[in-house]
Amino acid sequence: MFRRLILAAALALATPAFAQERSITVASTTSTEQSGLFGHILPIFTRETGIAVRVVALGTGQALDVGRRGDADVVFVHDRVAEQRFVREGHGLERQHVMFNDFVIVGPEADPAGIAGSRDTAAALKRIAESRAPFISRGDRSGTHAAELRLWQQAGVDPASGRGVWYREIGQGMGPTLNTAAAQGAYAMTDRGTWLSFRNRQGLRIVVEGDARLFNQYGVMLVNPARHAHVKREDGQRFIDWIVSPAGQAAIAGYKINGEQLFFPNAAQAEPGA
Amino acid sequence: MVSLPAMNDLHSAFGQALGLVADGDATLGNIVLLSLRVSLTAVALAALVGLPLGALLAVARFPGRGGVVVALNALMGLPPVVAGLLIYLLLSRSGPLGPLGLLFTPTAMVIAQALLIAPILAALARQVLEAMWEEYAEQLRSFGAGPWRAVPTLLWDGRFALLTVLLAGFGRASAEVGAVMIVGGNIEGFTRVMTTAIALETSKGDLPLALALGMVLMAIVLTVNALAQGLRDIAARQAG
Repeated sequence: MFRRLILAAALALATPAFAQERSITVASTTSTEQSGLFGHILPIFTRETGIAVRVVALGTGQALDVGRRGDADVVFVHDRVAEQRFVREGHGLERQHVMFNDFVIVGPEADPAGIAGSRDTAAALKRIAESRAPFISRGDRSGTHAAELRLWQQAGVDPASGRGVWYREIGQGMGPTLNTAAAQGAYAMTDRGTWLSFRNRQGLRIVVEGDARLFNQYGVMLVNPARHAHVKREDGQRFIDWIVSPAGQAAIAGYKINGEQLFFPNAAQAEPGA
Repeated sequence: MVSLPAMNDLHSAFGQALGLVADGDATLGNIVLLSLRVSLTAVALAALVGLPLGALLAVARFPGRGGVVVALNALMGLPPVVAGLLIYLLLSRSGPLGPLGLLFTPTAMVIAQALLIAPILAALARQVLEAMWEEYAEQLRSFGAGPWRAVPTLLWDGRFALLTVLLAGFGRASAEVGAVMIVGGNIEGFTRVMTTAIALETSKGDLPLALALGMVLMAIVLTVNALAQGLRDIAARQAG
């Protein structure tokens, strides 16, 4: 009886091979996945082409690493400087603009740095550093982290001086960063998409927005098939062609949370020098 | 959005958990099935290696055996993230097993979990079977059975105790998130399991939904344990 049961269980587990289908793997960022954008646009693409899209959502730095190792067919991220280096080093083919959204700085109700309503990011960051108000940083080499570090530089502040005191790097994704900021009554920088779909805000609110420096550009590129022969060149390129096409761009523009558009397609703007 | 007191969150999580189960949500159903399939397959694979290894260690005496036992016990504490990273580097297209194309698939998750729990099964089986071996080593030896021959007998006679060992392995496999997140990639509809779904909802700040999923996971683990216990009782009665 017991032996037969074990045998039956072993057979049941051993037989079914995991389903195979026509698919590509896209290494992308937590902001596109967690904001719900992919959930909205990918089914449209799959319906039109029969190609399933498997998204691995990581920070931009990690997503580019996945592409570099050849573990994805397409990379879809938001750190232009890092992306251009990726292409220059031969890891990816031509990089194309897809869409943009913006970053915002969120902070606690009490606003200890007194920056609410500001449109000047540099001045606001300076005030945070001066008042030593807690700031939660991604600290994970993501696109948002890279953008944050550039903004500190523009503000003329070295946040490392406050490391472990008011400047807290948690080395995690956008969501955990916001969870931490909410729990500690701290400031943080986030992309607007993740913020709009984030549920555990507690007392957090937007304190700085609308600065041109908070612009956040997304780009897409095919992993170089010359380096990684198994890259699904045709299907991957089909996805890229679709997402920059009028149909793909309309799908992006059509994604809204509470009537608010999260991402703004701009594939038509040529990428200079890439 | 107004912040809710924690009690309300707990209450709402419980309601949501019941709702999720009552709705028979298809997405959740697939996630649950994949969780079970990955973790049970991993337990089966790990058992094929771990249990005989544990039995062998229980009966064999050789120089350095103490070291092997200590190493095995220490490996029970192998952090899931480390197991995940090892398998990631092995299966990555740039790694030695890259041509298999297994990274970011359920198979990769099975391998990572099997690596994680094989030492647990071996170490616990060694402990359980060693006690048995001390009891009737004499008897088996009098039949002329050497240590090698004793292994299958020990495994069979210890099957009820080993069931608990298997359940411990299953518990560890179905509860871990670090390894499957890295090697599976938490791809929706393909490699998303209960624990990675919980991690995802937590990072989206939907704490009640995350907790509700956690409750569903606990209910599943409880069911598996109850089923195993029931089978054991039936088998014990038949054997008895």
